[in-house]
Amino acid sequence: MDLQGFGHLLLAGTWITLQLALTSLLFGILLGLLGAAAKLSTLAPLRWVASLYTTLIRGIPELLLVLIIYFGLTELLLRVFDVYVEISAFAAGVTALSIAFGAYATEVFRSALQEMPKGQKEAAQALGLTPWQSFYHIQLPQLWRIALPGLGNLFLVLLKDTALVSVIGLDDLMRQAYVAAGFTKLPFTFYLVAAGIYLLLTIISMQVLRWMEIRANRPWQRHAES
Amino acid sequence: MLGEWILALSEWLLTLTQGQEPWDAYARYLPRLMDGVWVTLQLVILSGIAGFLLAIPLALMRIARSPGLWMLAYAYIFFFRGTPLLVQIFLVYYGLSQFESLRNLGWLWTDVLSQPYWCAIIAFTLNTSAYIAELFRGAIQAVPVGELEAAQALGMSRRQQYQSVVLPRAFGIILPAYGNEVILMLKGSALASTITLMDLMGATRGAIARTYLSLEFFLLAGLLYLLMTALLIGAFRLLERVYNAHQHATHLSVKKLDAQLRDEHLEQQVK
Repeated sequence: MDLQGFGHLLLAGTWITLQLALTSLLFGILLGLLGAAAKLSTLAPLRWVASLYTTLIRGIPELLLVLIIYFGLTELLLRVFDVYVEISAFAAGVTALSIAFGAYATEVFRSALQEMPKGQKEAAQALGLTPWQSFYHIQLPQLWRIALPGLGNLFLVLLKDTALVSVIGLDDLMRQAYVAAGFTKLPFTFYLVAAGIYLLLTIISMQVLRWMEIRANRPWQRHAES
Repeated sequence: MLGEWILALSEWLLTLTQGQEPWDAYARYLPRLMDGVWVTLQLVILSGIAGFLLAIPLALMRIARSPGLWMLAYAYIFFFRGTPLLVQIFLVYYGLSQFESLRNLGWLWTDVLSQPYWCAIIAFTLNTSAYIAELFRGAIQAVPVGELEAAQALGMSRRQQYQSVVLPRAFGIILPAYGNEVILMLKGSALASTITLMDLMGATRGAIARTYLSLEFFLLAGLLYLLMTALLIGAFRLLERVYNAHQHATHLSVKKLDAQLRDEHLEQQVK
């Protein structure tokens, strides 16, 4: 399907959308881990900061977050440090989407960490592992399995939220569809094609997630069979 | 009252961010922001209610035995949950103008289908109904079998069973999740600003375009969104308390209930 010559543009946009989603996923997971660690910390100020983070971010629209990062951050740097830093739409998008993803991922990781048997932590302690070692070698490898379904749902949300970054001019799938719709005067056709591509990405992600979940649960399956 | 409070808060923000005096800007644009808040609330409430009403037949279709019915509902739900809300809004607002036959509909076109306000409401309604239908489907299947059997034993017809047992019960079950969905809708409603609607987000962007005070107005908007979120959370907690009063009253004695009559939904809450 040539789509009046706009087919390859939509494909290029899809590639940007994918890059945006995967980069934000990476940073979002890091933020989520940090947030969960802070929420379960013994230091009260860390817990407050983490709670403030999740409450604030979950209460404001993602679009507002994207705009604050793109326009507001430039303004803030200009006023405080008197330097003009131009933030690219991609960087602003990744920042905003990671922050949003991280807030929800914090809750997923927190409940996954709490779900882990306490005995393991105590065993690690008895073996003389430092808290960091115990976290890195004992808890983290198991964390993925428990957190995977929750993170998977969040990724599907993230994939759709990437469309918001088109508002600040990133040439993602949504923006390319907008441009194509403007040129050809066929808005319904192009937005429907874009919707179809998003749907396809969702289906592929769901399949990959299902495969990952089966893989992550393999040791337990084997155990149950024998 | 709320306006005064916000004004005081914005004064404070002002002293924090800079020493200049965008006083006029504040005085001038705050009322517009409040108008925006009102538009946002209208969008959320209207599409929240309409989406809810649309979700009931959708959920019933989804659990129907006829393959034509459930596949149709499944496709609808899959489409609206699997594509970005922004695409859906653009499909309605920009997309519909592609069809000559729609443009010839007279007042329906000029007053409804070409107006950003109604297009936003239509898109939000379609979107949220897909999510709520999915919640409803789960809840209908979670209604304890015993209650259905009791209704049958009383000689109720299928229609009566659904009307006076299954649906009210399912509503109670989805209420907390429905509250979450409405809050997601509140956040999603900011997208209405992309089709020129002057909701809170639109009013904020308008104020920034004229005053260049991006930080102040963005933070103010964030604060107003947070207030609305808090308001909605409170409202749904209250609704939950009133509608599911039986659960709150029996909260602690659930374990003493007859194991066969007790439903799992209550049991989970005790855990």
